[in-house]
Amino acid sequence: MSGEWPLWEIFIRGQHGASHRHVGSLHAPDAEMAIKHARDVYTRRKEGVSIWAVPSSAIAASSPSKKGPMYDPADDKTYRHPTFFDIPKDVGPM
Amino acid sequence: MSAAPTAQDATAPLDIDPQVHVEFLLQLGDDALILGHRLSEWCGKAPVLEEDIALANTALDLIGHAQMWLGYAAELEGAGRSADRLAFFRDPYDFRCCLLVQQPNGDFGQTIMRQFLFDTYHLALLRMLATGKGLVAHRSFPSADPRIAEIAAKAEKEVTYQQERSADLVIRLGDGSEESHRRMQATLDALWPFTRELTDRDPVRVAAAEARLIGDPGGLTPIWEHEVTKVLKAATLTPPDLSHFQSGGRDGRRHTEHLGHLLAVMQSLPRSHPDATW
Repeated sequence: MSGEWPLWEIFIRGQHGASHRHVGSLHAPDAEMAIKHARDVYTRRKEGVSIWAVPSSAIAASSPSKKGPMYDPADDKTYRHPTFFDIPKDVGPM
Repeated sequence: MSAAPTAQDATAPLDIDPQVHVEFLLQLGDDALILGHRLSEWCGKAPVLEEDIALANTALDLIGHAQMWLGYAAELEGAGRSADRLAFFRDPYDFRCCLLVQQPNGDFGQTIMRQFLFDTYHLALLRMLATGKGLVAHRSFPSADPRIAEIAAKAEKEVTYQQERSADLVIRLGDGSEESHRRMQATLDALWPFTRELTDRDPVRVAAAEARLIGDPGGLTPIWEHEVTKVLKAATLTPPDLSHFQSGGRDGRRHTEHLGHLLAVMQSLPRSHPDATW
């Protein structure tokens, strides 16, 4: 039975202002049930204030085999990190 | 929000026969305990992982309610017993749960139908205790016992979700495949005789209402019927036309045979090791 249910990716926002984060996936017959299941599977310990459910099939993913060409060139370009600046406290988390 | 007569009621001394007070709490606590245990029997065995977790969550919620109700009952009783003692060292005839919650799990559909019929009553009851919301205006007040109103308010949030979930599943399964419809109709027919007892005005409830622990408990019947009729219609299910209903759980005199078996399993560990601690 579970084999017939599509897979959903679940995103949860922990608090107002923060962004939704991927927490895992689950099976459900439709979006409404996916959110209900997500509530039971992922928010039992007050983890969230908002849930997104996205059909896994709707996610386009990069290919792990192209890891090298995709990401390695950034390895020796530390100047691309904004770590050389002092960020004023008022800005908050970036 | 209209100004409910809470302040006045909360400060007025409670004029209640202590035995009625305790018995009323046992009714609330034992329903939650027995249904919570029944649901826990699904743990690790539900048809899909997601439903397994959902059922276990509901079981834990209900056992949490039982802990609060029975803990308070034990305090009022003043006999040195605890919630655990009440749960694990009473015999079937001392339990005050309704017959519906004792019914075996059956298949997943049976469990969901039992849950829906109970949740709908449970939600109306907790709302009445917490906020006074009922049908009869002059009987609309929260429980005169602020501790009862407080526990009910806490439980009501959880039960609101549970009722939404079980109602949704009853509709999906009733109005689902030919096989799921057939099974849901059969389980509705089998469980219907136990539904009248949920909202019955048994002597303890009547006495509790006189002491303003609860508003008019008869007012729960139309609320329950309205919601159940609506959901069953959407689920394409029809309640059987019955003239005779089962009761006997509220005073403990005629429990179903299932309760004894359930308690034998639930109580075996604490009774084998009465002094064991965590």
